[in-house]
Amino acid sequence: MSKLILIAGGSTLVYLVLAVLMGVLPGIKLSNTPPGPGVNPLTVLQAQGRAVYVASGCSYCHTQQVRPLDQDKAFGRPSAPGDFAYQTPELLGSERTGPDLTNVGKRQPSVVWQYIHLYNPRAVVPQSIMPPFDWMFQVVDSAPPGVTPVALPKVYAPTHGVVVPRHDAQALVAYVLALKQPPFPGGADESSASIRGASPTGAPASAAAPRAGGYDAAKGQALFTATCAACHQATGEGLPGAFPPLKGNPAVNDADPTLHIHVVLHGLQGTNVGGIVYPSPMPPFGTTLSDADIANIINYERSSWGNHGASVTLEQVAAERAKGN
Amino acid sequence: MRMDVTAQQSGLINSDDRTLASVFCAYTVTATFWLLFATAVGVLMAYKFGAPDYLTFGRLRPIHTNDTFYGWASVALVGLAYYVAARSSRAPLYSAKLAWIGLVLFNLAAVAGTIALDLGFNDGNLEYREWPWPIRLIFLAALIVTAWNLIGTVARRSTKDIYLSNWYTIGGVLWTCIIAVVAILPWYQYGLGQVSVSGFYMHNAVGMSFTPLALGIFYYALPKVLSRPIYSYSLGVFAFWTNLVFYPLIGAHHFLFSPLPWFLQTTAIVFSVAMLVPVWGGSANFLLTMHGRWHGMAQSVPLMFIFVGVIGYLVGSTQGTFEAFRSLQQVWHFTNFTVGHSHLTMYGFVTFAIWGGVYALLPLATGKQPHSLGLTLHFWMALVGSFIYVISLSVGGTIQGLDWIHGVPFIQSVADMQSYWVWRGVGGSLMWLSHVVFAWNVWCMSYGVGAKASLDDSSSTEGAGA
Repeated sequence: MSKLILIAGGSTLVYLVLAVLMGVLPGIKLSNTPPGPGVNPLTVLQAQGRAVYVASGCSYCHTQQVRPLDQDKAFGRPSAPGDFAYQTPELLGSERTGPDLTNVGKRQPSVVWQYIHLYNPRAVVPQSIMPPFDWMFQVVDSAPPGVTPVALPKVYAPTHGVVVPRHDAQALVAYVLALKQPPFPGGADESSASIRGASPTGAPASAAAPRAGGYDAAKGQALFTATCAACHQATGEGLPGAFPPLKGNPAVNDADPTLHIHVVLHGLQGTNVGGIVYPSPMPPFGTTLSDADIANIINYERSSWGNHGASVTLEQVAAERAKGN
Repeated sequence: MRMDVTAQQSGLINSDDRTLASVFCAYTVTATFWLLFATAVGVLMAYKFGAPDYLTFGRLRPIHTNDTFYGWASVALVGLAYYVAARSSRAPLYSAKLAWIGLVLFNLAAVAGTIALDLGFNDGNLEYREWPWPIRLIFLAALIVTAWNLIGTVARRSTKDIYLSNWYTIGGVLWTCIIAVVAILPWYQYGLGQVSVSGFYMHNAVGMSFTPLALGIFYYALPKVLSRPIYSYSLGVFAFWTNLVFYPLIGAHHFLFSPLPWFLQTTAIVFSVAMLVPVWGGSANFLLTMHGRWHGMAQSVPLMFIFVGVIGYLVGSTQGTFEAFRSLQQVWHFTNFTVGHSHLTMYGFVTFAIWGGVYALLPLATGKQPHSLGLTLHFWMALVGSFIYVISLSVGGTIQGLDWIHGVPFIQSVADMQSYWVWRGVGGSLMWLSHVVFAWNVWCMSYGVGAKASLDDSSSTEGAGA
């Protein structure tokens, strides 16, 4: 009998000590991590959205932690302990079948895009394997006042009536748009010149600097796919009523590239392209992309889908950036 | 005493034996139901990677993981642990009533947990503890009942020593109780604090629960099938204590490069290497027990299952050590390689160990043998299926990780995985079909009509041990 107590009791005691040491004590210590500067609690709607995120198991495919590694730079700055002060349950995740969402609110700030993507991801990203969350939407004859119907492409839209988000979708999109990293104070300030050397895809920017009369087409396409295709689509045709086309777009084909460079650097909203007004905001990329990357993207856009705009140089982008917004 | 396990009588038919057999049968049958259900969900998820328009991955995934863990593996291992405890102690089960209560609680928790997850009541997407906490309390109650019953059985042993298997099984159940309590209490689980608890929990729920229970089955079933004692009893004891001390320290290796304190991550890496000691010690012990008897494997399917289980333990755990290095985490973390790893361990090791144990011991309890066709079909389909599964995800996961390092657009890493996901689906389907055959075999060994009616027929696997 005493041997049984020794084995079962002794090993359990050892394990209890180790469990406290490795589970409970670090838990107590780290639970008191103060919030970092600029890290704020969620609003009521955003918190409801987070609950929808958990109920739908989003974090089985999307991480919310940026590692201090080159391949994670596309998702934002490295996560800091203070970023997680208000995040219970923690949603760091263990699989990245889909992209990291730590900073998605900054990367993809368009409500229009988020709703289309949530309703059916393949409407905007043809290769996506994310499930559709169309059950968070409803089809109505006409949208109630104050509610904008989801601007679905024809193939995905219902034959009659319009699609409007239910409360769950509204809350979830509010939460996703709230996922923004506050910048490190004084450190990698977004508007500082340091960003110009860093390419979000991790490749050295200098290697891709366009020369007069030629540019790195493969790199341009990769950057376009990673940064622009979600809205403007790989075909350059955009989505009718949601995102303007680049194919045949006057600004893209204009011999003077100033407007084109300005829009990529500083973003745009409510513009009229080909007689249609697009309310969805385009985020500024001057804060996340280097001059070389922007020149590459612009040159890709100006030489694809039948476009024939004059190519731009790194220096032109730098000069436009120096002018400010 | 340590050798007695191979020499004991198994054919005695008295009421204690009948009670033990019916408990063992019921646990195995309900566990088999959960295996069929949970892996059907798994196959469905595998198909979803090619046909994403139906159902929601995030709802299905925790159902698959929790039901394979707590419906299949836990229930099957507890059934085996009862049989091993009673037989190796030469004592009747302490309380059949407690065993039945435990079985009801385990299944109640699994049913309630499945329904809750399906409806979106998911406790924070915290891996392997997604069931709402009241349901996890039911599971904890089942564990406590089981621990009490196992200890009671061993306490009434008529042998002098406590056979090693019982160290592992009783330890495994008691430690799991501690893990469950640590996981439920909320006071130290806010923000980053919860991240550290998740790291601790998700590895301990596997390594301090399924690992010791499955090893306990090896230590009993292997000598039984081979009719020879374990190669080194002391090595088994050594592996027991080293596993106990090293394993709880490695949880943070799930969060390398995260904002968790760097020293916590480094500690986890150091002890992930230290885990090679119990893993290689234990595996060597099993392999040396089989040494010189390899020819017997062709005649004994249970032995083949156990052999694969041992290799799965050795390879899967060693792979885990390598994955914990920072340099390799940079490539493999967040990729499907990890999914391949968890199937190599939970399937290649734990599930094969359970199958080996069930095929070796259930016929001894009931006197009914499965058909040899069923045994062979099950073995080869499960083996080939899991090979395809693990290899496709290991190769694909590596490509996925390299895609990210090379900075290609993220969606390219999704597109590059497509063909590997197809092969994963093929492997997974084969695995699931093997489970259907297993279910038929279990039926033959339990409530149905066995192949060759009785233990007297020693031509098949158990002859030597009975």
